Amino acid sequence: MSSKLVHAVYDDDDTLLHAVKDVKKADYHIEEVFTPFPVHGLDHAMGLAGTRIAVAAFLYGILGFSVALTMINHIMIEDWPQNIGGKPSFTFMENLPAFVPVIFEMTVFFAAHLMVITFYLRSKLWPFKKAENPMPETTDDKFLMQVAIQGDEKKLLTLLKKSGAIDISIHENHDA
Amino acid sequence: MYTFAQRLKITAFALMGLGVIGLAIGFMTAPSTVEEAQAMVADAHGEHEEKHETVSQGEEKHHETQDDHTAANTHVDAHEEHHDDAHGKHLLHQLQNKPWAALYVAAFFFFMIALGTLAFYAIQRAAQAGWSILLYRVMEGITAYLVPGSIIIYVFLVLTGLHANHLFVWMDAETVAHDEIIQGKVGYLNVPFFLIRAAIYLLGWNAYRYFSRRFSLAQDHAKAGDISNHKKNFRISAAFLVFFFVTESMMSWDWIMSLDPHWFSTLFGWYVLASMLVTAVTVIALVSIYLKSKGYLPKLTHNHLHDLAKFMFGLSVFWTYLWFSQFMLIWYSNIPEEVTYFLTRIDDYNLPFFGMVAMNFIFPLLILMSSDYKRSNWIIVMAGIIIILGHYVDIFNMIMPATVGDQWFIGWAEIGAFLFFAGLFIYVVFNALSKAPLETSGDPYLGESERFVY
Repeated sequence: MSSKLVHAVYDDDDTLLHAVKDVKKADYHIEEVFTPFPVHGLDHAMGLAGTRIAVAAFLYGILGFSVALTMINHIMIEDWPQNIGGKPSFTFMENLPAFVPVIFEMTVFFAAHLMVITFYLRSKLWPFKKAENPMPETTDDKFLMQVAIQGDEKKLLTLLKKSGAIDISIHENHDA
Repeated sequence: MYTFAQRLKITAFALMGLGVIGLAIGFMTAPSTVEEAQAMVADAHGEHEEKHETVSQGEEKHHETQDDHTAANTHVDAHEEHHDDAHGKHLLHQLQNKPWAALYVAAFFFFMIALGTLAFYAIQRAAQAGWSILLYRVMEGITAYLVPGSIIIYVFLVLTGLHANHLFVWMDAETVAHDEIIQGKVGYLNVPFFLIRAAIYLLGWNAYRYFSRRFSLAQDHAKAGDISNHKKNFRISAAFLVFFFVTESMMSWDWIMSLDPHWFSTLFGWYVLASMLVTAVTVIALVSIYLKSKGYLPKLTHNHLHDLAKFMFGLSVFWTYLWFSQFMLIWYSNIPEEVTYFLTRIDDYNLPFFGMVAMNFIFPLLILMSSDYKRSNWIIVMAGIIIILGHYVDIFNMIMPATVGDQWFIGWAEIGAFLFFAGLFIYVVFNALSKAPLETSGDPYLGESERFVY
């Protein structure tokens, strides 16, 4: 299916947010919005599904926690028992307070790093990947909204103009 | 305007009545002679032969640590000769202290909720927060307890200074005469200075509460666009916070840490502060949910509650961080004068000491982690009740080991004191809530709070 996209450019995040709400209300389909920084409330206005990264973070945390327990038990208790703070008890539970900082750090380390990697994979980002944004200015100070054209083209264009867009252009959609 | 529901009023009075009965029984059953005290302990032991041994072992252990405190410069021989006698007297003092200590724990605990709310309120004011304007009147209602709470605490401290009880060993001239460590601290730890300091803290806190409430009410009636009262509140809140963080720390040394005059912890003020703030935020959340369930606070949404729950979660973790920092450093270095503090708690208070970590850390961590759960009223209420009880146990663990030693149990006096102050707190707070509109008007950030979306 060959389809056309409207690129509407804005220079203010508040104007953009209101425009997204108006376009959504008029029942047009927003393909994508490109912004130089995260705009608070934009995902909600676009009607995107909530992120599940929190669930992933929790699971990664549990993984880090388990790895830390296994690792420190092996290093400090089994492989080479250590005398901790003059308390040669050599059991895991009795030396636990000394291990808590390590366990905590490993939990955070695993959760944070794996969460970032998951985010990159989910967003289809990797090193040397070519940029996908249609207008380089969206990494500086401009905001771009891509709307699919359905039905009356003129009506959509007036709506976008009224919403405060500083530039509107029509492009072929190559992805579809 | 909120009207104090009749049923809640009756509940508050019933709690106070039950509390007075419990306290009265607690005070009347406290022994007045050494023989009575020994008979009481022997009776309790007679019931369970097996328990007897473990308990008396605990006693010996505790007694040894007490010896460490005092034996440094008393004659060891003399001490051994009078061992039984000294032991009996010690036991008597512990049992006599018990109802007083129970009263002190509950009085401080509910006072701490009002004080923590006052600090939280001042932080909102000084930070010019936008989200919490709708909660200002709820917070002001809770801080209304500061006045009766302060009076009760001060009267209690004066009575203690007059030797009505033996909670603070450094107030006992005979103990100090045999204790070189306390002698070195007499310049700070003496009754007149102690009471002067307490008066300064309490007057300062109450003065802020009085003026901030006045400016807050005045802002309601101000002309549109006139935010002079709001600005005044901002200024005094910033000044109060400076005063508060210094005096709160000193208050925690004076009123709690000096119960163990040999022991010290440099983060103790923070530790008490963490307990104070998490309990305060929890009570704000519970009172808001209650008022909302009765049809008040229509503009308050789950977004505001979500933020309160985030504070409950974050401050619970903050409390744990400080609890563990204090514990681990002392455990690791293992210096006798420091480590006795945790030895008595782990030996004699094992269940409350580790139980509170489960109640104050593991439970809120797991249940309040999810964003959806933070928006659910019943989960906040359930987590809130556990957090409040957990921090009562925290205060219990701070005060009881130094005052009643291994003779603790949750009896008439403990339950009575908790119920009495809970009743008084509910009465004072909801009475104050009915005195002013539940929603401020004229605050420049009110619109931001109404539109607030997490």
